[in-house]
Amino acid sequence: MASLKDLRNRINSVRSTRKITSAMKMVAAAKLRRAQEKAEAARPYAQRMQRMLGALSESVAGRPGVPKLLAGTGKDETYLVVLCTADRGLCGAFNSNLAREAKRRIDALIAEGKTVKVLCVGRKGRDQLKRTHAHLILDASLEIGRDFDYDTARKVADIITEMFDDGEFDVCQLVYARFRSAIKQIVTTMQLVPFSSAEEHAPGEEAPEEEGEAAGGVKPSTGGSYEFEPAEEQILADLLPRNMAVQVFRALLENNAGEQGARMSAMDGATRNADEMIDDLTLTYNRTRQAVITRELNEIVSAAESMR
Amino acid sequence: MAEEGKIGFELVSPEQLLMSEDVEMVLVPGVEGDFGVLARHAPLISSLRPGVVGICRKGRQPEERYFVAGGFAEVTGERCTVLAEYPIEVSTMDRGEVEQELKNAREDLADAKDDKERGAAERRIAVSEAKLRALAA
Repeated sequence: MASLKDLRNRINSVRSTRKITSAMKMVAAAKLRRAQEKAEAARPYAQRMQRMLGALSESVAGRPGVPKLLAGTGKDETYLVVLCTADRGLCGAFNSNLAREAKRRIDALIAEGKTVKVLCVGRKGRDQLKRTHAHLILDASLEIGRDFDYDTARKVADIITEMFDDGEFDVCQLVYARFRSAIKQIVTTMQLVPFSSAEEHAPGEEAPEEEGEAAGGVKPSTGGSYEFEPAEEQILADLLPRNMAVQVFRALLENNAGEQGARMSAMDGATRNADEMIDDLTLTYNRTRQAVITRELNEIVSAAESMR
Repeated sequence: MAEEGKIGFELVSPEQLLMSEDVEMVLVPGVEGDFGVLARHAPLISSLRPGVVGICRKGRQPEERYFVAGGFAEVTGERCTVLAEYPIEVSTMDRGEVEQELKNAREDLADAKDDKERGAAERRIAVSEAKLRALAA
């Protein structure tokens, strides 16, 4: 049986762990609120851009000279998988879920005989893929950093656009976690190139409810034919890379909110486990203490007996 | 729906919705020239050049001026949506800072090693120069 001192030490160490996990939970909760606000604030831009893009693609549909970012290269030989994860761990299965989905997707594509390249945004995804798919990860993979903003997303989009212009891939898919609630993040894959607004979900995941994105106070376009200044093709050439940045930005924001949510619930669980452990250990400690006292009393009494 | 004779104006940056209200007229710096948007303007989508978006609540004099580094404007009869990159209110801009930006950009241009860097530096110069013009106006 452990000695009293050992037990005391263990109780103290679990207590300090508990302090850390409960502090992390509190921090995550505060960050989660901020992340959610940020994600919400960024929504109008994405919606309006979508609307504009809709009007434009409607107008150029079927015409020759449609930008390749919209129409694709006409092949689907090489895939670029962009995996967005968090930089830090200790947030439950958040990063593993994303990495698992990316791996599944990569393996399926390879089985179909496609060439796959992987761009990791966020350190943890890279760490997890390194073990199995190291040769596929591009050197351009980057970390998000402590505070990311639109510029970060733009950098990622620039890398993707440049690779596309150099003909390094035909199809680009973005894997990220859509934020549903603090305890639920949905791993989502979005096709960036050629552009489509459809999203696929990992198997076994229910489709998210419509977030009122189409409604959201935005009236549908009036159906009237727009004039374009300059020509549609030129605006599209300008708009598509920016739309990519916006989509990446949105993915990063959703991811960030999801990460904080996942961390919050993971740390909540950890705190609760620590509480339980402290209770158990305290009980054992007290029992042991009483046993020791009883034993000592016994010894004293029997010693006194024998003196008589 | 905007009230009679007014146009619903929205200024949106990637981070947030900056402004959403009904105004008399909006001045927009389009790539092919500035244009004013009044109620019942013909539907239009335009790219923007670095310049100033002017917001006129009453009359024809802009009361608020936002500098934008680029972006897009979507106009329909009843609303005008400006998707702006890096919008700043002109009154909060600082001439010294802008001049410093311009100087840095010029130095970067001198140091640029390839076409890509040169292009980026030239764009920054154009933005800074447009900012100076906005401050002078």
